Amino acid sequence: MLILTCPYCGLAADETELSPGGEAHLKRFGPGSSDDAFTGYLFHRENPRGVHFERWRHSNGCGKWFLAARCTVTLEVFGTYPAQTTEPPAAILDAIRAKRPDWEGRA
Amino acid sequence: MKRYSAFAIAREAARWHMGWERAWRSPTPKAKYDVIVIGAGGHGLATAYYLGKNHGIRNVAVIEKGWLGGGNTGRNTTIIRSNYLQDPSAAIYEKARSLYETLSQDLNYNVMFSPRGVLMLAQTHHEVRGYLRTAHANKLQGVATEYIGPEKVKELCPIINLDGPRYPVLGALWQPRGGTARHDAVAWGYARACSDMGMDILQQTEVTAIRQAGGKVTGVETTKGAIACDKLAIVVAGHSGVLAEMAGFRLPIESVALQALVSEPIKPCMDVVVMANTVHGYMSQSDKGEMVIGGGADGYNNYTQRGSFHHVEETVRALVETFPMISRLKMLRWWGGIVDMTGDRSPILSKTPLGNCFINCGWGTGGFKAIPGSGWGMAELVARGEPGPLTAEFGLDRFREGRFIDESVAAGVAH
Ligand SMILES: Cc1cc2nc3c(=O)[nH]c(=O)nc-3n(C[C@H](O)[C@H](O)[C@H](O)COP(=O)(O)OP(=O)(O)OC[C@H]3O[C@@H](n4cnc5c(N)ncnc54)[C@H](O)[C@@H]3O)c2cc1C
Ligand SMILES: [Zn+2]
Repeated sequence: MLILTCPYCGLAADETELSPGGEAHLKRFGPGSSDDAFTGYLFHRENPRGVHFERWRHSNGCGKWFLAARCTVTLEVFGTYPAQTTEPPAAILDAIRAKRPDWEGRA
Repeated sequence: MKRYSAFAIAREAARWHMGWERAWRSPTPKAKYDVIVIGAGGHGLATAYYLGKNHGIRNVAVIEKGWLGGGNTGRNTTIIRSNYLQDPSAAIYEKARSLYETLSQDLNYNVMFSPRGVLMLAQTHHEVRGYLRTAHANKLQGVATEYIGPEKVKELCPIINLDGPRYPVLGALWQPRGGTARHDAVAWGYARACSDMGMDILQQTEVTAIRQAGGKVTGVETTKGAIACDKLAIVVAGHSGVLAEMAGFRLPIESVALQALVSEPIKPCMDVVVMANTVHGYMSQSDKGEMVIGGGADGYNNYTQRGSFHHVEETVRALVETFPMISRLKMLRWWGGIVDMTGDRSPILSKTPLGNCFINCGWGTGGFKAIPGSGWGMAELVARGEPGPLTAEFGLDRFREGRFIDESVAAGVAH
């Protein structure tokens, strides 16, 4: 059972209390951008076998969106952080590198 | 290859079964092939088979990191149907279903195709309208389906409870020529036929890099060394994103877990497949007597071939309401596979940014039924370098162009 700690209310929430929201830190492209950039934003996903940054909502709790860094191969959670963050914070990156020295960073 | 037949069984019975030969060879890799197919699941093997059979291309290797058929092909619940809404889907799934009818004869391998009929229950008024629409679409496409009322559902499946408290059965979309087949046998049958044509199936060989020069693929690096090729077909389902990254492009695909389970075996009680999309569950009975049960896909990116317990619980809860008699059965086995989901829930059979590299993926929760048709179309794409009528609409460019083949609403959930 996946357990993520909500960075807002501090609860260690079981996955039945949460809703997954897909890849985090997508850069939004809208009207005026190139077709390629818009296609990439809408559809193309990193979908890595390994470290993944993703959105979650504490839907059966405080209701807020937050972000998590998690390994898709071991389901290990490296940390969670607020949604109002455009890049993964340094503390999260350090936690990942401590456990995955070979990790090459976000593609 | 010695043919399998009633005579062969009698002959071997008379000599203590000492004369059976291996179904496929375990060769050492050659330095170069005309075509390399990555992934020995049903789709990869069928691609290789029709490359040889329909296009005369036999210098082919199928490279598999584990054992052949050990991916989703050996993990699925084997439902075969072609009652899709959109024309391109109906064409490729119906091609596959019709090839399944004679696949055992074609491959000289019993794939145990059982056209026992598939019922898709309508349990809300929205679903009734949706399936009526699909039935009309299927008529125009030449796919034999019928919308039937609850009495006919009960007649076809006496163990069903029509008057569930939450979602009574209002009717169903009925495809009498849909059904099931033995999943392993489909992989094994194609593998045996490929090996017999002189193709090399390289098991326990993982592709670790894709070699390129001047916008083209020149070969692959594997755990058993580098192998060159003129053309490359990537057919790896849940691992498509990993291979695409090796090749240097991105896909509109996310990998998630889909789970299934079987009960202890019981006496025959159900000779159709029943899918209940509103409540996220489906069930059929295997030849061994186990009730084969599946449901919706899990929600988050996952490569572990394990899923979350609460999804299975939801599925079983819904099915107990639909089939009260299963409530006291014990679970025998429970497993998961990693499925490759696209946004429009339709597959990708496409050229790629690399000239001589092609990809077949995105079958998600429902590609077992499509194996023969997909292999047929993919072989044509790889052999000619251009898509034929079966695959033309399934290119990667459809996302950019907004030409989705939207099966997410019509087909409900996992299938
Ligand atoms: C639980 C479950 C139930 C399902 N139920 C149904 C159903 O009832 N009906 C239906 O039609 N469909 C169903 N499906 C979907 C169906 O199983 C798949 O769509 C289909 O089997 C995909 O076949 P494939 O050949 O593309 O992939 P796979 O069979 O997964 O084969 C891909 C192969 O590629 C190999 N590979 C990956 N990476 C590498 C690498 N780097 N090097 C070499 N090899 C590699 C893998 O080991 C694997 O063997 C279900 C799926 C699951 C998981
Ligand atoms: Zn919270």
